[in-house]
Amino acid sequence: MAVLLLAEIDAGALSDATHKAMTAAKAMGGDVHVLCAGDGCQSAAAEAAKIEGVSKSFCASDPAHGAKLAEPIAKLIVEKSGDYEHLVAAATASGKNIMARVAGLLDVMIISDITGVESSDTFERPIYAGNAMATVKTTDAKKVITVRTASFAAAGEQAPAPVEEIGGAGDDGLSAFVSEQKSESDRPQLTSAKVVISGGRAMGSADNFALIDKVADKLGAAVGASRAAVDSGYAPNDYQVGQTGKVVAPDLYIAVGISGAIQHLAGMKDSKVIVAINKDEEAPIFQVADYGLVADLFDAVPELEQELAKVKG
Amino acid sequence: MKVLVPVKRVIDYNVKVRVKADQSGVDLANVKMSMNPFDEIAVEEAIRLKEGGKATEIVAVSIGVKQSQETLRTALAMGADRAILIEAAETVDTDIEPLAVAKLLAKVVEEEQPGLVLMGKQAIDNDMNATGQMLSAILGWAQATFASKVEIGEGEAIVTREVDGGMQTIKVKTPAIVTVDLRLNEPRYASLPNIMKAKKKPLDTKTPADYGVDVAPRLQIVKVVEPASRKAGVKVGSVAELVDKLKNEAGVI
Repeated sequence: MAVLLLAEIDAGALSDATHKAMTAAKAMGGDVHVLCAGDGCQSAAAEAAKIEGVSKSFCASDPAHGAKLAEPIAKLIVEKSGDYEHLVAAATASGKNIMARVAGLLDVMIISDITGVESSDTFERPIYAGNAMATVKTTDAKKVITVRTASFAAAGEQAPAPVEEIGGAGDDGLSAFVSEQKSESDRPQLTSAKVVISGGRAMGSADNFALIDKVADKLGAAVGASRAAVDSGYAPNDYQVGQTGKVVAPDLYIAVGISGAIQHLAGMKDSKVIVAINKDEEAPIFQVADYGLVADLFDAVPELEQELAKVKG
Repeated sequence: MKVLVPVKRVIDYNVKVRVKADQSGVDLANVKMSMNPFDEIAVEEAIRLKEGGKATEIVAVSIGVKQSQETLRTALAMGADRAILIEAAETVDTDIEPLAVAKLLAKVVEEEQPGLVLMGKQAIDNDMNATGQMLSAILGWAQATFASKVEIGEGEAIVTREVDGGMQTIKVKTPAIVTVDLRLNEPRYASLPNIMKAKKKPLDTKTPADYGVDVAPRLQIVKVVEPASRKAGVKVGSVAELVDKLKNEAGVI
């Protein structure tokens, strides 16, 4: 039996969350077909056809799919589900929203946010904010799964597989898009950036985040924040790294003025190299940091920017 | 409009989680249990809707062990009007899966006919993030998940959602399910007089059999283990040393 992977599409373009979820999908066994649902999804479907291991890419274009609302897209997936044993998506905001509805419609238990594939019916997933790892085996014939993208490498490229246009789900009148407020930024996305620099409550103000921004510009890094910084209004909510925010696993994670609450560690502890800058040498963040610098961030961060200028030019 | 608020009894937010030696799960014996923090936000939002004249009655419902009635009393002390406990588990180690919870809630919705169900986006124990979406699916209702703002209109709700890369505002037909995110509101503490008053508010006790719902799990726990731990690295003496190590030792810049 085959796997149907729901593509993650942002503003018409295929997101690399799809490539990471693909690596998990391949491990489940069988052919993998990608489903691109959008209002105009031809370019995303063409891109998805080039992900290594994809044997077919579906393009389901419908105005009702434009805002990634759960009701129409879940209906579309359920209509297609007959041919598949696994229905998979990245555990993004829309993936979590849509796939749990799919599971409810199909009367199966969802397996959310998996970090490992042991076999076609057995998966590893974090529970209690990553303070424990559970291995679960499902007894459902159809498996509905979301994938924690930080735990899987992106799949490579291949010669394009065939793209097939299919119909959309149509508008059932349950929900409608009103507006969106996207955070404007030239920086890479938090969840796909190779380098992330995050600020905590010790930043003291939203204006002081400019110090972090300057270092991020030198490194081509994404900017994140702890929950404490977000709750204090120093950074927007979509900056939040942690259990209730985004889970990241970049090559380099720099935590500035972050004490290292369990909540935050759950969102970044799989990073390859962790740097902590904090003036409290007892801060728990140092227990997970590869390189710790005990210093006042208001001295160390501008100095870091200057030192990076020397090595990066 | 009646508002239904499901609440879950979970390990307290501040308790350090310990995995059992036999790898069967997490040790919940003699640890402090509290209302799931996201559900507290849902209760608070329901109370604000009532205070604002949009809601007429708030019904809290909990599914789990007998002691979940403490969680319901908390909801009543905050301001819910009455409560329903569905005793579905004998011991605290039995977690009723979101699918079974959603099926039971769908039956409660049929009986109670609420105009809105407000609930947490996820429980901090199993972290599934699924019950609200599954309940919407079973009822064929609209869902507005991860809400950071809720406005109730005539036959519709305008909900602002926390999504990747920003916020999205959608309009859903009511009755609907709204799952709440962290920044929707700051839940109130129950005052002592209200805690006393809550003891007299009605609390009905039911079982899954009363609703004809099978709560047998679909997922088998193979094992539960501690996450791989990270070792602390080295302390560096200066920013220059840090940059040197990142470039020449770790090779990440």
